[in-house]
Amino acid sequence: MAALRTLLYLVIYPGLLFLFVYSTFCEWFDRKVYARLQNRMGPTHTGRFGLLQPIADFVKLLAKEDVVPEAADKRLFTVLPIIGLAIVSTAGLLLPVWNFDLAAPGFTSFSGDIIVVLYLLSLPTLILFLAAWSSTNPFSTIGGARVLTMLFGYEVPLFLAVLSPAILADSWRLAEIAAFYQQKPLLLLTNLLGFIVAVIAVQAKLERTPFDIPHAETEIVGGTFTEYSGKKLALFRLTFDIEMVVSSGLLAAVFLGGFPGGAVVGFLHFVVKTLFVIFLLSLLRALTARIRIDQVVSFAWKYLAPLAVLQLLVTILLKGLLS
Amino acid sequence: MSFQIPIGPQHPALKEPISLRMTVEGEVITDVDIRLGYNHRGIEKLAEEKSWLQNIYLVERICGICSHSHATCYVQGVEKLMELVPPKRGMFIRYLVSELERIHSHLLWLGVAGHEAGFDSFFMYTWRDREVVMDLLEMISGNRVHYAINTIGGVRRDLDAGQIAKIREGLVVLRKRSEYYFHIGANEPSFVGRIAGVGILPKEKVIALCAVGPTARASGWARDVRKEDPYAVYDEVDFKVATADSCDVLGRVVVRVKELLESYKICEQFLDKLPPGDIAVKAPRKAKPGEVVSRYEAPRGENIHYIKANGTDKPERLKVRAPTLANYPATVEMLRKGFIADIPLIFAAIDPCICCAERTVTLIAAGSGEESVVRMSDLRRRAIARHQNAPVKRNAVWPL
Repeated sequence: MAALRTLLYLVIYPGLLFLFVYSTFCEWFDRKVYARLQNRMGPTHTGRFGLLQPIADFVKLLAKEDVVPEAADKRLFTVLPIIGLAIVSTAGLLLPVWNFDLAAPGFTSFSGDIIVVLYLLSLPTLILFLAAWSSTNPFSTIGGARVLTMLFGYEVPLFLAVLSPAILADSWRLAEIAAFYQQKPLLLLTNLLGFIVAVIAVQAKLERTPFDIPHAETEIVGGTFTEYSGKKLALFRLTFDIEMVVSSGLLAAVFLGGFPGGAVVGFLHFVVKTLFVIFLLSLLRALTARIRIDQVVSFAWKYLAPLAVLQLLVTILLKGLLS
Repeated sequence: MSFQIPIGPQHPALKEPISLRMTVEGEVITDVDIRLGYNHRGIEKLAEEKSWLQNIYLVERICGICSHSHATCYVQGVEKLMELVPPKRGMFIRYLVSELERIHSHLLWLGVAGHEAGFDSFFMYTWRDREVVMDLLEMISGNRVHYAINTIGGVRRDLDAGQIAKIREGLVVLRKRSEYYFHIGANEPSFVGRIAGVGILPKEKVIALCAVGPTARASGWARDVRKEDPYAVYDEVDFKVATADSCDVLGRVVVRVKELLESYKICEQFLDKLPPGDIAVKAPRKAKPGEVVSRYEAPRGENIHYIKANGTDKPERLKVRAPTLANYPATVEMLRKGFIADIPLIFAAIDPCICCAERTVTLIAAGSGEESVVRMSDLRRRAIARHQNAPVKRNAVWPL
């Protein structure tokens, strides 16, 4: 019975199937918001309001011809999209939507899970770099180098920003952090700066405009994905969608007071709050131009990192004041 | 580590085929090699086979964006050869369409610049508003792209009061929108961060490399054929030559938006001063022997047509120098020492119209890279031989 429950947990809810459906919904939401901000209609055709468009795109990509370049490291090239998808889906299991029980830490909710989520969200970047490098295309190689260069920019601010609320809550467990802020919602306001930094860093992690440099199509064609096609590209796109859900879920858990109210109400909180974060991300995407790789790094270290440190300082001072 | 990346002939940043081979070191470009000839159509040769009138429609098809520029430049020259003076009303309508074309071309370019910088919202907005001027052009001429309004000795369609009122309405909308884009283009931090200080071309280089159009004017070199050699009716309207001194892509954006605003002014003056009367005079079938150089300020810069007549109903020679061709040497200069990320922006900033500028084909052996000159008949013979020897690929199965 326990094995069956685990299996359901992994495959149906909140595992692959749920993440797939919800992440395609989020992609639809993102595309729709982005399109409306640009005075376009966005997806309208497939399903009601075009809701099924991301799924249709996914299925279509699955059916497309899958080309592996001659010079590529074939095994690595093939296995990387699957690993990437597995990693972000694993990170999805750790969100405190489905493990809201504070008293019973399990294998998906334990002290330190915030670190594990952050770690799992960093891994896709490395996967992307390896994917780019193993496809041996000059455009991919440049894209891969850009992925890593950008990682040095946004990763530290993201960690600092996400961990400072945890310091105030005095816990490394997502569910406990969320519970702490649910009791004292006013303290959330002190983390506003960190939230802004984290949203920008997540935008960079998801490689969306203004940080879509590794696959800037007008410069380096498909960048990291130049040689990817068919099923592998579909999996990579799904990886990004799920990563968007998981990272917005993480931001919601840490900065927006988590998901109180048990399974059903908590789930509603999850939907509303992740959509809010995704709305912010779409807004950022629509309102900016793509910046250069050197500008990303200097922006991250000149503005994001000092702001994140400032947030940390505020948190530590506040903690001293409170105790 | 230094390696070559091929931008083109097929590349998402390029809408037409051209090959830019970039030698890069990390993200920095160390050397640039431009290769042309992917879109050569032999239009100049074809023009020698067609009558004066037919050629209007041929040269109009040199370019899709500045079709009217080529047609007008050609017609101006032919009228000079035939010693025709088109009626005033015809001239006003012809150059009204010219300015409307400049507006649509610059709005298009603004969108492209936004897209190359990854600023797709800007792209969507400018192209939405470009529809206003496209609709006006369609209303005037019946076509959105190849207006076909010119004829030797005037224009083919007249304007009525209703159309004039519609054009005025459209211009009001466009002016408001352009001022907004001016604000965005010069103030949006991420966009300005991408274009300020990129693709520097000092004034001395502009003069030395003979850059034309907005590229030259953005470096403070105020050259505009409409002003310095006012052809047709341009001496009757009041306008300023838009310039900028920043010498970079930002300057080119600013110059183009300023030119948009000037064009609205010119259009309104044309409409105000539109005289009554005929729109065209009858043209003779043949032109006397002679030669003429016709200059015209196209949206992209100075367009030159050289026409030679030998007394028949066909030109003996038609030579087209499109503005893009004049800007290639400057482009190489601008790209050097830039970043890979700047390639599309710098290249797009000259507003390249590649098919305008294609005058030749280079044959390069795919394996050795050796260049050669071959006659057409030889090429044909080679093609036949190659197909005779090639294995038959009928019902070939392509593995998936």
